[in-house]
Amino acid sequence: MSAEDTLLYLDGVSVSFDGFRALNNLSLTMMPGEMRAIIGPNGAGKTTMMDVITGKTRPDHGTILFEGETDLTKLREAGIANLGIGRKFQRPTVFEPHTVWDNLELALKAPRRPLNTLTYAIGRDDRARIEEILDITRLSPKRERLAGSLSHGEKQWLEIGMLLAQDPKLLLVDEPVAGMTDAETEQTARLLCDIAGKHSVIVVEHDMSFVRALGVKVTVLAEGSVLAEGSLDSVSANQQVIDVYLGR
Amino acid sequence: MLTRFFLMGLDRKAGLVLTVLALLAVLVPVMTLVVPEGSPWHLSIFSVSLLGKYLCFALLALALDLVWGYVGILSLGHAAFFALGGYAMGMYLMRQIGPRGVYGNPILPDFMVFLNWKELPWYWLGFDHFAFAALMVLVVPGVLAFAFGWFAFRSRVTGVYLSIITQALTFALLLAFFRNDMGFGGNNGLTDFKEILGYDIQAPGTRVGLFLATVAALALSYMIASGIIASKLGKVLVAIRDTESRVRFLGYDTESYKLFAWTLSACMAGVAGALYVPQVGIINPSEFAPASSIEAVIWVAVGGRGTLAGAILGAVLVNFGKSYFTGALPELWLFALGGLFVLVTLFLPKGLLGLWAQLTARLPSGKGKGAPNGKTADQKGM
Repeated sequence: MSAEDTLLYLDGVSVSFDGFRALNNLSLTMMPGEMRAIIGPNGAGKTTMMDVITGKTRPDHGTILFEGETDLTKLREAGIANLGIGRKFQRPTVFEPHTVWDNLELALKAPRRPLNTLTYAIGRDDRARIEEILDITRLSPKRERLAGSLSHGEKQWLEIGMLLAQDPKLLLVDEPVAGMTDAETEQTARLLCDIAGKHSVIVVEHDMSFVRALGVKVTVLAEGSVLAEGSLDSVSANQQVIDVYLGR
Repeated sequence: MLTRFFLMGLDRKAGLVLTVLALLAVLVPVMTLVVPEGSPWHLSIFSVSLLGKYLCFALLALALDLVWGYVGILSLGHAAFFALGGYAMGMYLMRQIGPRGVYGNPILPDFMVFLNWKELPWYWLGFDHFAFAALMVLVVPGVLAFAFGWFAFRSRVTGVYLSIITQALTFALLLAFFRNDMGFGGNNGLTDFKEILGYDIQAPGTRVGLFLATVAALALSYMIASGIIASKLGKVLVAIRDTESRVRFLGYDTESYKLFAWTLSACMAGVAGALYVPQVGIINPSEFAPASSIEAVIWVAVGGRGTLAGAILGAVLVNFGKSYFTGALPELWLFALGGLFVLVTLFLPKGLLGLWAQLTARLPSGKGKGAPNGKTADQKGM
């Protein structure tokens, strides 16, 4: 498949840590506007895949192209983020000493150089956008609260809100519902589906009912490469997948 | 735009700090120059210079708090920037001595004549002009900090490793400045100053003038620092302190942010050193000693890290204690300083200002919600 029309194109990507092959000849493509769920057992390379896409880890071999032309393996984290790739970590990481509002203001799409932020004064558009995100994430009443005082679920939503504020073309979301109650999980699934309308999303998740609720194409990783791809029902029926993952 | 920047930093705490500084700027000259000497309200010239010295240390502490309290860079070498600013000023003051030195050489300072040097080294050129020296007070520490920071931050050296190399930096400079052939007076440093900008450096009026300049520098630096902290840039800095990688994934180039704060802080420390030297009358390599930088860290910790005002308070109080102890019980001072650091770390992790915030928060008046440093109230340890 050619890389031209893809949003994200990984071809033959390998990463080793001290001889352990975290990614082994991984190839994967994402089309613009697509939402994809990645599942796989522990150590399958899900988080490492996120790391090589966002520049945290450099691959030993392989090609990673964004929008068919930009070579992500040559860029650092901030440069990749500014291309329009946002990332949500497994453990919610928000800026705890700042208010909910300030967290969103920091994430909001705007020039990122020190001189820009030194002279930044919030305008009407930015204010409206933050209000909108506060509504979407249901954090509006808590806007003045310090992010450190939010509950676990609220921090997750704030972080998703920060991704929305960043307005990336591609969102990488690592286990968004880990540690959430069922009600929170359901809300989060709805939130992600809303986002998927305007952005491409990759979700890494263990929770099968959550993946089912998303209802999107699934890629199964095992030992650093793709084992199967397709709808959740078709991969669930795949004997290899059952052996390495679902059957356990 | 500049006014907006300064207004942003003007909260209640800033108002208090600036009011105290303004009071000092009025009271000290009056008490020294107007009140007659016999009066109990008279302030001696010695006390004015002592106060001026404390305020120079306060400016150094403020500079350190900007990088340690808000960006999480624990510098154990900030006195190096202070001393470099001091040397730049000292070189100007040496050139002002002219033919009044012991050897009467109109160009060469005494120590160069003593070393049998025939002409002024190139790096002393220009220091006979005050404007050039004043520029160097900012440029020398600034350029060193920029180069050091550029390499350190780009290589992602953080935490205790970064602290150790800042300590190594100041130690290396200490050894270099001890050498006679460096051309900075070696062990003895630069001293015997006569005049500054044409004014007799010992005259009461000059002393008061230097004190006022120190107050002004501290007030301006405070306003710059609190303006930065209140801006979006300041919020990015605090975010970097707590979760740098998250800030990177938001698309901020965190290295350039750290470099900005670090270089600005070094320039402030340089100004503090430049104001310090004419008031104490000497600059020598001992200012580069690692212990000086560590003392500055203690001032900030005592006053309250990440509060700006706390750094000023801590520097003045600890140095006041030092003046008292080294006079009354000289052998006990170091124990007192060490004990203070242990006690503050154990019982006052947020320093004196943190204690103040805790006490006001307990009052039932409800004022506690707007505690002056609410934002920094939940910092983690080092």
